[in-house]
Amino acid sequence: MSKRDEERRRSAFTRRALMLGAGQLGLLGFLGYRLQKLQLQEGERYATLAEENRVSTRLLAPPRGRILDRAGRVVGANELHWRVLLTAEETEDVGATLDTFQHLLPLAEAERARVEREVRRRRRFVPIVVREFLSWEEMARIEVNAPDLPGISVDVGTTRSYPYAEHLAHVIGYVAPPAESDMDEDPLLGLPGIRVGRAGVERFHERTLRGRAGTVEMEVNAVGRVIRELDRREGQRGQEVQVSVDAELQKAVRGRIGEGTSVVVLDARNGEVLAMASQPSFDPNLFSSGISAAQWREWTRSRATPLINKTISGLYAPGSTFKMVVGLAALEAKVLSPADRVPCPGHYDLGDTRFHCWRRTGHGSLDLRQALKQSCDCYFYEAARRTGINRIAAMATRFGLGVDPGIDLPGAKPGLVPTREWRIRQGKPWNIGDTVVHGIGQGFYQLTPLSLATMTARLATGRAVQPHLTHSIDGKLVHGTRAEDWPSLGIPERDLELMREGMWAVVNEAGGTARAAALPAPLGVMAGKTGSVQVRRVTREQRERGYRAEAMPREWRPHALFVAFAPYDTPRYAISVVVEHGLSGAGAAAPLARDVMVDVMNRLRDAPAGPPARLAGQGSPRP
Amino acid sequence: MTAFERRLLTQDRGSGLLGKLWRVPWIFVLLLCGLAAIGYVALYSAGGGAPEPYASRHALRFAFGLVMMLGIALVDIRLIAKLSWPGYALGIGLLVLVALHGEVGKGAQRWIELGPIQLQPSELMKIMLVLALAHWFHRASWERVGNVVFLIPPLMAVLLPVGLILRQPNLGTGLITLMIGGAVFWAAGVRWWKFVLVLAAAAAIAPVAYEHLHDYQRARIMVFLDPESDPLGSGYNIIQSKIALGSGGLWGKGFLQGTQGHLNFLPEKQTDFIFTMLAEEFGLVGALGTLLLLAAVVLFALLVALRTRHQYGRLVAVGLGVNAFLYVFVNVGMVTGSIPVGGVPLPLISHGGSAMLTSMLGFGLLMSVFVHRDAEFAASRE
Repeated sequence: MSKRDEERRRSAFTRRALMLGAGQLGLLGFLGYRLQKLQLQEGERYATLAEENRVSTRLLAPPRGRILDRAGRVVGANELHWRVLLTAEETEDVGATLDTFQHLLPLAEAERARVEREVRRRRRFVPIVVREFLSWEEMARIEVNAPDLPGISVDVGTTRSYPYAEHLAHVIGYVAPPAESDMDEDPLLGLPGIRVGRAGVERFHERTLRGRAGTVEMEVNAVGRVIRELDRREGQRGQEVQVSVDAELQKAVRGRIGEGTSVVVLDARNGEVLAMASQPSFDPNLFSSGISAAQWREWTRSRATPLINKTISGLYAPGSTFKMVVGLAALEAKVLSPADRVPCPGHYDLGDTRFHCWRRTGHGSLDLRQALKQSCDCYFYEAARRTGINRIAAMATRFGLGVDPGIDLPGAKPGLVPTREWRIRQGKPWNIGDTVVHGIGQGFYQLTPLSLATMTARLATGRAVQPHLTHSIDGKLVHGTRAEDWPSLGIPERDLELMREGMWAVVNEAGGTARAAALPAPLGVMAGKTGSVQVRRVTREQRERGYRAEAMPREWRPHALFVAFAPYDTPRYAISVVVEHGLSGAGAAAPLARDVMVDVMNRLRDAPAGPPARLAGQGSPRP
Repeated sequence: MTAFERRLLTQDRGSGLLGKLWRVPWIFVLLLCGLAAIGYVALYSAGGGAPEPYASRHALRFAFGLVMMLGIALVDIRLIAKLSWPGYALGIGLLVLVALHGEVGKGAQRWIELGPIQLQPSELMKIMLVLALAHWFHRASWERVGNVVFLIPPLMAVLLPVGLILRQPNLGTGLITLMIGGAVFWAAGVRWWKFVLVLAAAAAIAPVAYEHLHDYQRARIMVFLDPESDPLGSGYNIIQSKIALGSGGLWGKGFLQGTQGHLNFLPEKQTDFIFTMLAEEFGLVGALGTLLLLAAVVLFALLVALRTRHQYGRLVAVGLGVNAFLYVFVNVGMVTGSIPVGGVPLPLISHGGSAMLTSMLGFGLLMSVFVHRDAEFAASRE
């Protein structure tokens, strides 16, 4: 190789090596730029992502607030139950552990298959539920054999329990896993095993009872295993709701009633619901552990509608229990004075239409008090005709009839009190004959037992007391407890007194329709009003052949109603009773009302609403 | 004036053992020690704040490698040149052996077990290829290099190992080997237009080649183009690496304080992703510092090439420099999401015996070139 050639080769090499070096340094510089871009310009974004990677937030379910009755008895409790968990990584052989487990507690083939499937699917450190709702005895059996059961652990969960079961089901309601429609912004609802109120107080006070979720921030590694707890924020337990119902009273009342009967007892002074019973009912405890489809079908398809609280959603015509409202409307309109007499020959003729009094032989000539006492229909036909339907409807509305009762329970129906305009909106004329019929509480009326009790309480106090169930929340009273806390109805006391006297006479005076309902002397005096409503029109032909309701098939018999308050001098309790197809208010409803009132007085006399039970912990497992 | 003092003054480095030791580039040795120390720190952290299982073994291997490297540095470059082709044959032999009896890992046959260490012949092959090519071009005149026929044997010498590596299959290392070969060709003076021609041909057959890639190789390319398209699959590594790296910020989270690495969000943090671990805990400052030291290694190779007076040494220096550079570029490029994941370790920092030994072998050869930069090769037979 010549020297010149060597020179040439060397200079080419130098040039090319430098170019190569420059290229290499340039590319390394590019990497430096990339680092700078990632760590400085986008550093914050990646820091956030790193934190999201690292920190996993889990929710802590707060204990659901308990529900107490008037006396502080727990009627909605959180019961602890035990469940068995299996952690795959803590046992060498999942199959062997399950075999041993099966010797102690039976495990259905399908259940075992589910557990084994989950073991395969989940990460090995995630506990899997093997069995739930263990009794104390079963739990003990597992604990004693713990050394032979590697990977098995027992932990405590809570379920809602209702000690008064079907007796308070319509009031308290029940809880169930949240449905799609229950989902709100509360992240708590996403927790497994969470239950929300689906009816009654449980539903109405859902947010109060639920509490607020706590959070735990945990550092997790790439496979989700918890490394350590970073931060814990305790949630807020659900608040305790005390209802005004007395559970023992409710139980006693329900013991007295049969299918199709509703009873509402209010504290007339402040509208507190003391008892609210309708038959049939259901056991809300069955919902807590999940009810079967068959059970649900049975309940929802039954004609007796056990899931429906008929006291707030059963609709009935009020019949003669409505006559006080008609009387007050007539007095206020000054179309009748208390002393005015109306003749009753047993029927009332309007044009060529004849309306019958319940007493075919007639009552003779009656004033308002006597007409109430004997529940004379002719008097109220005339009173209604003179007053007009709209003034009657206006008065009914003031007594809480046909309007939203405003009660703190979901599913309460307002009912219907017809007016002339209501009928015209339906495209039908309102005839004077319609007004006459509505004077005795028949016709288009659709009222709930609750609204009738409300009406009675307002008659007794002259104040617009509002029915309600919530006594206190976490010990704080929700409503006023005295009658003075409610606005006056604006009806002259003289008029109200006349109605009360009429109702007193119904029960306590010779010739009253509900003499049988008089209270035993030591308990004071009750005043009330009977009502019987036809569920089928009685034809003239039937009437002429001698109509006897008791000879009809059961579902054709009239409903029996009774409303009352007691004690007469210082009204305290208001009651309404509806006995479906009970034939007559005097025969079926009034005696029942008396018995209930005796229960009420015996249980509640002088007993103020008890102090809310201690807001202590949620109870401990039964040993 | 003693002989020793005269040597000091005249910088006469002689050719004795002492003289050679004198000429060893100690500053470079120091640079390598610094990098190994960084590796120790990073592996200490990757081990969860303990020397076991990574850091202590790393230190041990480096110490062993250091002795081996210095030993090689003292071997006469002319002897090494003579062994170039036997070394090449050894490399090919090992590649064939691994193809026949290798251990399968990650869907490819790459390792052979040699006692306690796993050897990746493809790593050794890259160095042997550099030596062989340097030997081929050592005596080639400028005119000779311009001759196409003269270039056919070295081209075969490149394509044979590249083919064997691609067959493993290991696309990344295959391409890297090809690039190293290309770099030596380039430095040897192969004409411009030949490179242009080959690149154009490569561009033309690339779509066809893509069809023949393995699914996972295609996935890597696709995921590189859009990592978020597959966040839990192949893209997971890149995304997690970028998160860990980016969250380090300017100063980092502090030694042992990196969350992503310690919580195992970072895959293979002790090997391929060790740089990410460093960048998370020591921030941009630590990452750039490490990158600068690595750049200094590459720069040193360039300086050696320029200072050497024989073509063999120059080409060896360039080839080994490019080899080191490609390790760094592919690894850091991968963890920063700049190039497709390649599965290449970071020299002197990543955990792994095979990589450490081949790196030290390369640096030893580089130092031998430097120590013998003025050596006179025997006159050509011409």
